[in-house]
Amino acid sequence: MVRHITGGAPFRLGRTIDMLGKLTLSVIPFHSIIVMGAVGGSILAGLIILGLITYYRKWPYLWREWITTCDHKRIGMMYVILALIMLVRGLSDAIMMRLQQAIAAGGSMGYLSPDHFNQVFSAHGSIMIVFMAMPFLVGLMNIVVPPQIGSRDVAFPFMNAVSFWLTAAGAMLVMASLGIGEFSKAGWSGYASLTEKQFSPDTGVDYWIWAFQIAGAGSTLSSVNFLATIFKMRAPGMTFMRMPMFTWTSLFTSVLMVFAFPVLTATLFLLTLDRYLDMHFFSNDLGGNMMMYVNLFWTWGHPEVYIVVLPAFGVFSEVVSTFSGKRLFGYRSMVYATAAITVLSFAVWLHHFFTMGASPPVNIFFGIATMLISIPTGVKIYNWLFTMYRGRIRFTTPTYWTVGFLMTFSIGGMSGVLLASPPANYVVHNSLFVIAHFHNVLIAGTLFGFFAGYSYWFPKATGFTLDEKWGKLAFWCWLSGFYMAFIPLYVLGFMGMPRRMHHFTNAAWHPWLIVAALGTAVIVAGVLCLAVQLVVSIRNREINKDITGDPWDGRTLEWSVSSPPPEYNFAHIPVVNGLDAFTDMKESGAAYAEHERYFDILLPANSASGPLIGLLAFMLGFGMTWYIWWLAIAGALGIIITMIMRMSNDNTERVITANEVGTIERKRHEMISSALNNEQPLRTLL
Amino acid sequence: MLHVSALIFLSGCGQVIVFDPKGPVGDANRFVIMVAIALMLIVVIPVFILGFWFSFKYRAGGRALYRPNWSYSAAIDLVIWLVPIAIVTALGTLTWIETYRLDPYKPIRSSLQPVRIQAVSLDWKWLFIYPDHNIASINHCVFPTDTPLSFSLTSETVMTSFFIPQLGTQMYAMAGMETHLNLLASEAGVYLGENMQFSGRWFSKMNFRAIAASPKDFEDWVKNVRSSYNMLDRKRYEQLAEPQAGHPVIYFSPVEPGLFPAIIRRFSPAASSAGDGAAHHGRGSLSPRENN
Repeated sequence: MVRHITGGAPFRLGRTIDMLGKLTLSVIPFHSIIVMGAVGGSILAGLIILGLITYYRKWPYLWREWITTCDHKRIGMMYVILALIMLVRGLSDAIMMRLQQAIAAGGSMGYLSPDHFNQVFSAHGSIMIVFMAMPFLVGLMNIVVPPQIGSRDVAFPFMNAVSFWLTAAGAMLVMASLGIGEFSKAGWSGYASLTEKQFSPDTGVDYWIWAFQIAGAGSTLSSVNFLATIFKMRAPGMTFMRMPMFTWTSLFTSVLMVFAFPVLTATLFLLTLDRYLDMHFFSNDLGGNMMMYVNLFWTWGHPEVYIVVLPAFGVFSEVVSTFSGKRLFGYRSMVYATAAITVLSFAVWLHHFFTMGASPPVNIFFGIATMLISIPTGVKIYNWLFTMYRGRIRFTTPTYWTVGFLMTFSIGGMSGVLLASPPANYVVHNSLFVIAHFHNVLIAGTLFGFFAGYSYWFPKATGFTLDEKWGKLAFWCWLSGFYMAFIPLYVLGFMGMPRRMHHFTNAAWHPWLIVAALGTAVIVAGVLCLAVQLVVSIRNREINKDITGDPWDGRTLEWSVSSPPPEYNFAHIPVVNGLDAFTDMKESGAAYAEHERYFDILLPANSASGPLIGLLAFMLGFGMTWYIWWLAIAGALGIIITMIMRMSNDNTERVITANEVGTIERKRHEMISSALNNEQPLRTLL
Repeated sequence: MLHVSALIFLSGCGQVIVFDPKGPVGDANRFVIMVAIALMLIVVIPVFILGFWFSFKYRAGGRALYRPNWSYSAAIDLVIWLVPIAIVTALGTLTWIETYRLDPYKPIRSSLQPVRIQAVSLDWKWLFIYPDHNIASINHCVFPTDTPLSFSLTSETVMTSFFIPQLGTQMYAMAGMETHLNLLASEAGVYLGENMQFSGRWFSKMNFRAIAASPKDFEDWVKNVRSSYNMLDRKRYEQLAEPQAGHPVIYFSPVEPGLFPAIIRRFSPAASSAGDGAAHHGRGSLSPRENN
């Protein structure tokens, strides 16, 4: 062997005496102005927020209403907030990358060292997939699915809180890697043997492993929760074929998650054994096989892209139907198309490595299976278009995102089919063409979908609508920024430029990279617009108040309750008679019928165990990353003890009495009738 | 030798190099890309047309027909399923045929004997061994035009991907394993050679020059390299394997016999416990697939 593993066995006795493991003051990158600026900024922002909370004495409120809550709506909002924060972090990484590649041509080495640049793109990918897209979609599912199926909460409200806090703990671990030590330098996909101890001896890969493991556990729990919720908690009359499309896509995404995430967990566990206990699952030598890592990683990784895109498809279905004022075209086709995508998405992972020496039959199978996915996807696109056909389309912000998606996404689909054909793939694989392709589907598909859902359901979650002007401006910035930033990458792929280059000498690439960097600046403007939109909307919340709970003339059950919904969602569980249940109710005049009697409602009580488990999971991950064994053991034991204590607790529910429900409901009906008297346009009742 | 150096200065042809192939493999790659784009446009163009048309015609406030309860048409449903199915059938058939034809392991038919080149990826440079010529080179891959090239690939380090964009088709190189790639250059020139798979700190420096010379120039080059003594044996190889950002071009002659299989064998389980892995010769190297 040329390079023996350095550092020796991690479990040497001497180490355990060392209380802080590998952690010393020298791991904090004081020498890097950029890193220290980012860390300082983050800490300062955190301190300001904490200070403001303390100043306004909001800690009890925060603790009671948010941190310890098991209410799916609150948890959903916390997921979305986490996703937006991580979006900003991931975007900062993107800016740094684009800037580096716009500068580092020929004689200039740019402003980042290779080690720093490699961390930046690894963090960007890891964050955007696992800590932006995942929390965003689970957040939307949390806010929307229970009221959409006429349920009072998810099946396992406490587990829901645990899922969230595990995701947050994973995100915290990634953030900690910014200032304490460093993050992985081996890409978000962490290909072995580069991630083996031999080639990545420092803690970066461990941060990456534990952040993924902890958040992945949260995702697995979420998927179980939503499967149970959608299977078992639908309102009477809501058969499968009467479920709204967003619920369908949430169901299929949960199916994918429950099958795919355990594979990731197992793969990372094997890599952990390699790194911590000198095993050789994926190493170069002693019988290890890095091809197996690549195989296993994409067995999760490919379904993962459908996990993040399917809920976005669900959002588009809701938005296009609502704002066209029309039933969704080809609902059954849509359901079967989504089912087909779900099944096929497990049969395509090998297209990530056609060039690993597989024989033609293998490559052909996975190539054609990949192309097959384009069939149901194409059907869905045309279903959305024909929903607009003979509709009466209101061009609100969600509609903008949807129409922008339809066209832009079809270009991404085109490049995807190109990549699916092995002979074409052989020359663009690993190039910037691939980067352009998956940003084309993940930005124009997933992210546009999430933004559409964000502006569509924002009034439902908060009680007031978002500012339209700034929302549309954000859309235009994102759309034009996307084309500017990523069309050049398609071209660069055809020019033979590999992904992940810290520096290049080919002068022909340079102009395209400068355009891409400018495109990123336009996207940044889009994010700023979103931030301004939020501030403006909060300031104008009284003007934009959603009094009826149905600001868009919605078609599904979540619009039948107030905005924000009461904690119990429905005082009486609605009975569903068809698809577009709420439209039916409005047409039959049953939408706002008053009930004479109210009943006690059981709801999950607050629990501090959720955030505690998150904290303990962070300790576990941090301890393992830095070889601080006592901390890791304390974290693991703590989680087990907390779980046992929680399981022995019989007081996990609280009662909202019939009186309280009655008071809340009567107040809502007064609001609706006063809105009528004040001649506020109540489209739904007129 | 002179001709080869002259060629280096003449490089810098088409910029969109994937669309400017200099060999039959790259030609076929490009053909499939073109067909895929053309076929997919059948779906994509109508999306753009209908997207704009419907958005305008059925906007709120317009006077177009409004049918809130119309939600299905068997004819439309049939068309939107059948058209993509037809496209995928066509592209799938082409893919099937071309994937067999373009199998990187398949030798390229020619009356000439292929030139064998054994490529080893090191941190962060490429070593090319010419077993039939008893020479080797760092970061220069020189080969004759119109002659089949038979590459054997392996890695001393992490997974890498060997790629000469203008000749077409890349292939992974992996430690302890041997992969194969067959290419042919139909035009003399200096082409960009790359590692496409991220491989650590100085990944960006891991490119090489692929120099297609006329058969006569190639023979001259070989003769020239062989005329000066610079032995590549295992000891020298160990020095080369040390991580280094890029590397100046070096030519070696002679090359220790059996060096390439030895590089692969060193990762086999037997090699680390019992010196040389001769006992494992039957298995040769672990291969992603059995050799054709």
